[in-house]
Amino acid sequence: MAEQFEPKITAFVCNWCTYAGADLTGTSRIKYQSNVRVIRLPCTGRIDFMMVLKAFSRGSDGVIVSGCHPNDCHYTSGNYHARRRWMVFRDLCDFVGIDLERVTFSWVSAAEGAKWAELVNDTTNKVRALGPYKEIQQLAAVGID
Amino acid sequence: MEELRNKAKELLAVGAVKVVIGYGKGTGDSRRPIFVRSAERANDLVVDAACTQNLATYLTKAEVRALGRMAIVAIPSTLRSILQLAAEKQLREENVLALGILDGKLRELATFDAIEEAVATIPDAISDADQKLIDKLTAMSVTDRRAFWAEELGRCVKCYACRSSCPMCYCERCTMDCNRPQWIPVASHAIGNLEYHMVRAMHLAGRCVQCGTCGTACPVGIPVHLLTFFAEQSVRRQFGQKGGASAKLDYAMSTFKPDDKETFIR
Amino acid sequence: MTDRYTITEASVGSLLDAIAKSGRRVLGPKKIAERIEITEIKTAADLAKDGQSTVSAKGTVFPKVERLLKYRFEGKNVALEDVEPNAQPTVLLGIRPCEARSFAALDVVFNWDYKDKFFNARLANTTVVAISCTKAQGDDACFCTSVGSRPDDTQGSDILLSPLTLGGFVAQVLTDKGKALVALAKDAFQPLVGEAAVVPPASVAPAFDAKALQQKLAAKFDSPLWAEQSLRCIGCGACAFVCPTCVCFDIQDEADTRQGQRLRAWDSCGMRMFTLHASGHNPRDKQSQRWRQRVYHKFAYYPERFNTLGCVGCGKCSRACPVDMNLKQHLAEAAE
Repeated sequence: MAEQFEPKITAFVCNWCTYAGADLTGTSRIKYQSNVRVIRLPCTGRIDFMMVLKAFSRGSDGVIVSGCHPNDCHYTSGNYHARRRWMVFRDLCDFVGIDLERVTFSWVSAAEGAKWAELVNDTTNKVRALGPYKEIQQLAAVGID
Repeated sequence: MEELRNKAKELLAVGAVKVVIGYGKGTGDSRRPIFVRSAERANDLVVDAACTQNLATYLTKAEVRALGRMAIVAIPSTLRSILQLAAEKQLREENVLALGILDGKLRELATFDAIEEAVATIPDAISDADQKLIDKLTAMSVTDRRAFWAEELGRCVKCYACRSSCPMCYCERCTMDCNRPQWIPVASHAIGNLEYHMVRAMHLAGRCVQCGTCGTACPVGIPVHLLTFFAEQSVRRQFGQKGGASAKLDYAMSTFKPDDKETFIR
Repeated sequence: MTDRYTITEASVGSLLDAIAKSGRRVLGPKKIAERIEITEIKTAADLAKDGQSTVSAKGTVFPKVERLLKYRFEGKNVALEDVEPNAQPTVLLGIRPCEARSFAALDVVFNWDYKDKFFNARLANTTVVAISCTKAQGDDACFCTSVGSRPDDTQGSDILLSPLTLGGFVAQVLTDKGKALVALAKDAFQPLVGEAAVVPPASVAPAFDAKALQQKLAAKFDSPLWAEQSLRCIGCGACAFVCPTCVCFDIQDEADTRQGQRLRAWDSCGMRMFTLHASGHNPRDKQSQRWRQRVYHKFAYYPERFNTLGCVGCGKCSRACPVDMNLKQHLAEAAE
C-alpha cells in the first residue's frame, strides 16, 4: 500500500505577530495540518532570502514566510524592508526556475489564529498536490563526483 | 587617443594623479588593464572599440588605491560604476578623476555631478542581444528556465572571476567567505552553484550597472550577467531606481515606502 | 619499445564503438557553442579538431567536487561510511600532449607522503590517447617548448596520435594500457612499418628556458617585479581551475545535525582566503605575494622537490584570465 506523500513545509515567522498568532491558534483549539515546521525569528526583516533557498535544498517541499501587517511591525519597519526584499527575490526565483507556487507570503497578526490555520492548511494542500520538490532536492546529489 | 595620452602625460607630469588606470594592448587583438604611473609610459594607453571591460573594479583594489590619487579611463559603464561606488561611500570625489570616453571623445569629469550629467544622456548599457536573451528566458516555462540555468550553472567551477571582476563586489569579507555558519556551500556542485549565483544577483539588485564584465570574465562562458541584469531591472521596474545613475541615493533595497505595492502577500 | 600503427579517420569510429562496448566512456574536447569542453565523445565527428579545451581534463582524475566520506549520527554513535572512488573506466581521447604530461605533475603530489586512493583509482582507470599539435592548435598562449616539451611529446600518453598528411593518424602505442586499448579494436589499427608522412608538428618558439628561470627565481624573491606584474590580477581562481597541473584543494564538511559528507573541492592560491589563518593573520595578504607564490610553486618549488615542473605550458591560464595575465609573457620577463 503506497504511503501518501506528506509535504514538509517550513515556516519562517516573526516572533511578535505570526508566532503569537500561531500560539493563539493552538489555545483556541483550532486544528490544522501538522506538516509545518515553524522557525521563529524576531522579525521578517531578519529573514534572509538565503534561508528560503536553504529550506528547499535541505528537503522542504514548501515554504511559508509570515509576519506583522504593514504598520504593525514590532520594530517599526522590519516588515517593510522584508516586503521589498521579497518583491525582488520572487522575481529572481522565478527567473532561475524556482517554483513560486511553493512559496507563500503572508501577514498574520497575533490576533489572527484562524488565519494562521487557514494559511497552513491551504499551503499544505497546495504543496501536497504539487508533490515533493524533487527538482531541488535532487540537486543536492548533482555535481559531486 | 592622442588627446587621452596627452592628458595622461600632463596629469602625471604635474603629479595631479599618481596613476592612470586605462587600457593597453593585450594578447593578440585584446586589451588589458594597465596602470600608467609616469608620463613617459602614457603612450601605452589605448582607446578603441575593443576596450569594453569595466575597469572600475580597480578603484577599490587596495594595491591600486595605495598608489595615490587615481585617474581612470572611463567608458560609460565605468562612469556608472563610479557613481554607484560614490553613492555607497566607497569613493571620495577628490581621489578619483574620470577621463570619460563618450562617443569616442575624451571628457574630463572631475566631479560626481559632472559624471551624473554626462551619464544621464547615455542610453542603457544592455545590448540588444542580452535583452533578447532575457526576454526569451522570461517567455519560457518555469521548467524550461530551470533546465537552462541548471545546464549553464553546471559548468561553474566557483572560480569567482565574476565576483572579482565586478566593481560592486568590493566587500572585504564576502558572504561566501563566512563559514560560521557556511551559508552557501563552497564546493561547485549544483546546489552550491545555484545558491552562490542567486545570492550574488540579490546582492547586486539595483546596484548592477549592466556592464556585462562578469559574463565576459567567466572562463566557462556562463551568461551570469543575465542574472544581475535581471535583478537590477526588477528593482528598476518596481522601485524606480537605476543602478549607477546618481552619486547620491537612498538605496532602494535599504529603504522602503509604507505603500509599496505587491500582489502576492496574503 | 613503441608499437606503431596507422588508424584512419573512419576507423576512429569503430574504435569508439569498441570502447563503448567494453563498458568504458570516452571523454574528449568537443566544440559546444563558442567553447571547447571536455565531455562525452560518441562519434568521431564530436572531437574538436582545432584548439584546446578551456578547462583541462584533470577533472577525470581530480574532479572539481569529490565526496570523500559520509557519516550519520546514530544516537551517540557516528556511523562512518567510506566512499569508493567513482573511478569510471575512461579513455581520454583527443587531448593535447601538454595535457597528457600533466598527470605526472598531479601524481607527485597525490602520491607524495600519502597515497591518495581517489586519485590513484581514477588514474588507474584512465587511458590517455593524445593527439599531437600541428599548426592549427598552437596559439599565442602556448609555451610547451619553454617547459621541456614539444607539440608531439609522447610523455604521459598511453597512445599518441599524430595526424598524417593524407588523413588519419599514426598511433604510437607507448604503454600496456595503450596496448590493451589497441587489442580492443584490432581492426581499427594497421601495423606500421617504415616511415609515415605526418603533418609537421606546430612550431612553438620557446619564450624562455625553465631551467634558467628556476635559477633566476632564487634571487628574485624580493623583487618589485611581482607587484608590478600582479597589479591587474583580480585574485579569482580562473587560472588555477582551468590548469591541468594545479592540485590545491579545499576540504568542506557539509552537514546537519543528523548526517554529513566530506567533500574535496578545487582551491586557488590566488584567492585571498587561501592562506588566511584562524588568528586573522594572512601571510599572503597582498596579491603580489600570491602571484609570486604561484610562479615559485610551479617553477621553483616543484622542481626542487619533485624534479619536475608544475607547468606543462598549455596556456589555458592565459586564455581563461579575465584581465589578460599572459603567463608566457610574465614568465619570460621573470626569466630575463
